[in-house]
Amino acid sequence: MLNSLGREIPEYIEGIGKLEPFQGALAKLRKGWMSEPTIPAPNRAYLPHQSKLCKSLEEAILRSNPHNGMTVSFHHHLRNGDILLVQTLTILHNMGIREITLASSSLNECHDPILPYLKDRTVTRIFSSGIRNQLGRAIALGILDTPVVIHSHGGRVRGIHTGKIKIDLAIIPASAADCEGNATGSHGKSAFGSIGYAVIDARYAKEVIVVTDNLVDYPCIPLSISQNFIDHVVVVDSIGDASKIATGTTRITKSPMDLRIAKIAADVIEHSGFFVPGFAFQVGAGGASLAVAKFIREKMKTKGIKGSFMLGGITSYCVDMLNDGLFETIFDVQSFDAVVSNSLLNNRRHIEIPAALYANPFNCGCITNKIDVVVLGALEIDVDFNVNVITGSEGYIRGASGGHSDTASGAKLTVVVCPSFRGRIPIIKKRVHTIVTPGETVHVLVTERGICVNPMFPELEENLKRAGLNVKDIHDLEIEVDKITGIPGPLEYTDKIVGIVEYRDGTIIDVIHQIKEK
Amino acid sequence: MKPKIAAQSGTFESSDVIFLIEPLPDNSGRKLDISSTVMQQYGSSFNRIVTEMLDEYQMTDIHLIAKDKGALEPTIKARLETAINRSMERQEGTL
Repeated sequence: MLNSLGREIPEYIEGIGKLEPFQGALAKLRKGWMSEPTIPAPNRAYLPHQSKLCKSLEEAILRSNPHNGMTVSFHHHLRNGDILLVQTLTILHNMGIREITLASSSLNECHDPILPYLKDRTVTRIFSSGIRNQLGRAIALGILDTPVVIHSHGGRVRGIHTGKIKIDLAIIPASAADCEGNATGSHGKSAFGSIGYAVIDARYAKEVIVVTDNLVDYPCIPLSISQNFIDHVVVVDSIGDASKIATGTTRITKSPMDLRIAKIAADVIEHSGFFVPGFAFQVGAGGASLAVAKFIREKMKTKGIKGSFMLGGITSYCVDMLNDGLFETIFDVQSFDAVVSNSLLNNRRHIEIPAALYANPFNCGCITNKIDVVVLGALEIDVDFNVNVITGSEGYIRGASGGHSDTASGAKLTVVVCPSFRGRIPIIKKRVHTIVTPGETVHVLVTERGICVNPMFPELEENLKRAGLNVKDIHDLEIEVDKITGIPGPLEYTDKIVGIVEYRDGTIIDVIHQIKEK
Repeated sequence: MKPKIAAQSGTFESSDVIFLIEPLPDNSGRKLDISSTVMQQYGSSFNRIVTEMLDEYQMTDIHLIAKDKGALEPTIKARLETAINRSMERQEGTL
């Protein structure tokens, strides 16, 4: 069956079930309630003064009813410094547990060591918002029989509370925790800031293990994760490589290309009609996106504009803007550097939020719905403004859906920033390889060669043209870039589906086909 | 013509290409080792450019190594022209 973007979606996939085709960004939400029931979270009971402390991760896992076919979940707040996902799967593998479903909120390069467990069927299914490096390559080449499911950060929460992802065991690394499992990421030697993605896991997993390298006296505050959901607590020497978890401050890019794109994007925002007192703002941590914040900060100071809140993945740059008094509040679901942890711990206007409040579409309103302006990156964008942030030019999975589609659907102005080509590969396509974010939620594309406004938003185009900005038709820009780079030869795929991309509401927006290796 | 000396041009940066040229013994013809991050998409165009330029300069008995990181066509041509001139000890205009 075809979805509303013309992508062929199978009706049923073995190991995943029936699929519902994407029908439009807000199509499922318009009726005001969700047909899928919320599954009950497991009930558990602990006796007064019963100890939750386990001597080792192995012991905690043994006490958590490990079994074939189980689903194990992780959060990715330790980013590329995480070591516990690999350790846990190694323990399960050595126990002889097979056919595990891995449900990590994202996967990074540091998870490459689990590749042998995909080969030997220790892990047979994966849910994640992102997959990269060797894992992304192996999956694109067809190592798993069941396609991986790519979800957004908001979509993951929906998937868990509607029972699409049934977590048997959640492993929650924390940089500080007490003997009852109250835990946080906001202090300790391995501090990583907000633990927002793990909150839903703690609530819904049948067994929850908090792992920390910093056991503090009871109670551990703040109660980012609270004891009433925690079964076992393990103290280890290290939860990860601190130098890769969070370091210092995030620097603004020095790349002239990124800075030029960012400056144009800031001009676009200024003249969009949404740069007004009280505006809510989100930027990514990547090159050009974060640099937009630098130019917006200058414009806010010059024009005396004060915003309402900043949302999302938070960098030290956002913290500086809060401290400058340019924004009232930060809502932080994920923190990108060490300075952010301090601010999160000490500034009451810097608020830790769970992923459900951040972006889950199936509730009475997530904060992404309140965004005025969001700046996002892209691996590819097509002439219908559909964005790919998951598959690279060679067809491998090498990115993350993350909050891309969540924030785009909520924002009044979604600005996509990217160079018009990278390493000879044109970024503007007739058709993107994989759609993650539908074009109807993308308002404007900013490249170094010009600005393209989605024709669904003529008023915005009018505003930008009136300001004298370099607005081009996206079809013209596509041809202009193709002339510079030459038209790339097509990639070759097989019929086998290796991944499905869920839109935030659970419908299927696209599928990823196995790439033919040359 | 045969290269007089080993020569190189270009860098390993993204959107650039590095060419290395070595002379081979007489009557060895051409030996090409081309690798590119965009081989799937632009491999045939890259090979065509290289062959055309080597023909233009009538190069033979040459070992050419190319490591491409997505250079545009004008960049490929400029880098290769420079490498050829350097290998012929024509330093003028090659910096």
